[in-house]
Amino acid sequence: MNRVDQCFADLKAAGKKALIPYITGGDPKPNLTVELMHTLVESGADIIELGVPFSDPMADGPTIQLACERALAHNTSLKDILGMVKEFRETNTKTPVVLMGYLNPVEVMGYETFANLAKASGLDGVLVVDMPPEESQELAGYLKENDLKMIFLMAPTTPDARAKTICEHGSGYLYYVSVKGVTGSAALDVADVKANLDRIREKTDLPLGVGFGIKDGQTAAAVAKVSDAVIVGSALVRCIEENENAPEVIKQKLSSLMKEMREAMDA
Amino acid sequence: MSIDNTNVDLKAVTELPTETGHFGPYGGRFVSETLMAALDDLTELYERLSKDPAFQAEYDKDLAHYVGRPSPLYFAERLTEKAGGAKIYLKREDLNHTGAHKVNNTIGQALLAKYTGKPKVIAETGAGQHGVATATVAARLGLQCTVFMGKTDVERQKLNVYRMRLLGAEVVPVTSGTATLKDAMNEAMRHWVTNVDDTFYIIGTAAGPHPYPKLVRDFQSIIGRETKRQSMELEGRLPDAVVACVGGGSNAIGMFYPFIEDEAVAMYGVEAGGHGLDGDDHAAPLCKGKPGVLHGNRTYLMEDENGQIMGTHSVSAGLDYPGVGPEHAYLKDIGRVNYVAATDDEALEAFHTLTEIEGIMPALESSHAVAYGMKLAAGMDKDQIVVINLSGRGDKDIHTVASLDGIEI
Repeated sequence: MNRVDQCFADLKAAGKKALIPYITGGDPKPNLTVELMHTLVESGADIIELGVPFSDPMADGPTIQLACERALAHNTSLKDILGMVKEFRETNTKTPVVLMGYLNPVEVMGYETFANLAKASGLDGVLVVDMPPEESQELAGYLKENDLKMIFLMAPTTPDARAKTICEHGSGYLYYVSVKGVTGSAALDVADVKANLDRIREKTDLPLGVGFGIKDGQTAAAVAKVSDAVIVGSALVRCIEENENAPEVIKQKLSSLMKEMREAMDA
Repeated sequence: MSIDNTNVDLKAVTELPTETGHFGPYGGRFVSETLMAALDDLTELYERLSKDPAFQAEYDKDLAHYVGRPSPLYFAERLTEKAGGAKIYLKREDLNHTGAHKVNNTIGQALLAKYTGKPKVIAETGAGQHGVATATVAARLGLQCTVFMGKTDVERQKLNVYRMRLLGAEVVPVTSGTATLKDAMNEAMRHWVTNVDDTFYIIGTAAGPHPYPKLVRDFQSIIGRETKRQSMELEGRLPDAVVACVGGGSNAIGMFYPFIEDEAVAMYGVEAGGHGLDGDDHAAPLCKGKPGVLHGNRTYLMEDENGQIMGTHSVSAGLDYPGVGPEHAYLKDIGRVNYVAATDDEALEAFHTLTEIEGIMPALESSHAVAYGMKLAAGMDKDQIVVINLSGRGDKDIHTVASLDGIEI
């Protein structure tokens, strides 16, 4: 079984919700990423979303834009990121890892090469922010051949007919974007999120993750009540930004924010 | 991703894009999910209105009475003499209200915005011409206008920045990335995704997610349609070649599209050669780039081996862009249009030449077309005809040219 499916099955059996942290690979420097991934797992991560830095992160707010710039200052490439996944797998064979990023690095590597290399590296799924289902057929085919999940975004602006299409094309889980905006946006409205998730749940059995606007234990717990997974990115990336040159402090800060959210979600 | 360019059915080419916005492998719609519904709505609205005679009549009326169309097709006698070959005509888009071709499109998109009922418009701009054209139509229709402009461009196009502010627009300097046109477009997209309910995004070039490349082309095609008619009136035949500069490619596609089926008319798109195509300091993705995905469409890009978008260089802010409209990518692959480049120096020389011998000061963007057009004409017979699209006037560039000439104004 794909690690993502296994993870959600285990959580369901335990009556728990998934906590999914996002960090950008190569931020603040490439040789720290694998350590940070382990830190995230030790402090409560169920799945890791690993960002592939891109020069033009159109859907991201300032926090993740800067993370991309820090990673790109070290020329962190998609190939490097897959290398990090491989290294992570040497000591962790259980925690699913999903790549999140923009299409162009994948496009330039070539879909087939990417899917094969991703599988060989121990990756479990892919979320391409700027690739809606309509444009994804070819890539989806190669991912499927390699038992890699293709995760799609769903937004408050997504009409019912599109939502149905997305549910049919997606696998692993669906990522519901809680607010209209870029990553790191303002606070989300839990009642509004719940209403939209109820609407989506009528169309699919896939687990529903919620991201954008989750920044602490309180928001994580509130979202965990109405969803299957809580996705947190900018709040963690900010811990890296603020302590760029102090790896130990980064680990402490990531760990304490993760634990705060984990405890609040499990309470 | 190779295209068979033998026996291309040119009529079929004019029927592109497909319903999903594709020109062969190019174009499409590569944006995050939040924008998909807005793009679907816009596609539907445009499909409906483009067939609505009342909408067309309103657009045509604005072009005639507000923009001042048709723009002249002017025989540049002394430029012709200087080049020493084919007759050179200039399509005078520089004489449009606001001084460039950009207004043909902003008038059209602002009308669309009016039909959506959204009270706010946003735009990205490089040289500031599209920003000015957007601010202008926003002022006229009473729409709130925000223009995103790279900080580098804000500095080198001060005159246009002040023009936009006089017109009531807010100009937001963008500091991320390379602080030029591509970053302005990123920021405009980010703003749009956050404010999609009450904001209409007026994209200035024939790029971006479907339906933008199509609707910008359709609005700009007035350039080529007039040129055909005027050439018949003045010369009794179509030109042998048409030439236009290509950044994102809106003035070029406007000139080229109506000529696609006229196989005898050669077409040349002139990219920004910067310091030369041998190095990396240029903005010529069709000449030197590779296909990729940026800003909502698949097209030729200036990118590195890892798929990161490269910084570009051009003396003209309006051509300083690492991508290009997807229809140009397709026209290149099928071999219908020749894509070439003119360097900064060649463009500057053309700027001075046209100013000195014809009394017409071209925009630095358009100067690239003038430079190549003269070279092309020189190698042609005297009874042949070349039309150069003079997409904008050069007033906005006086500071840039002066400082390159070592003069402080």
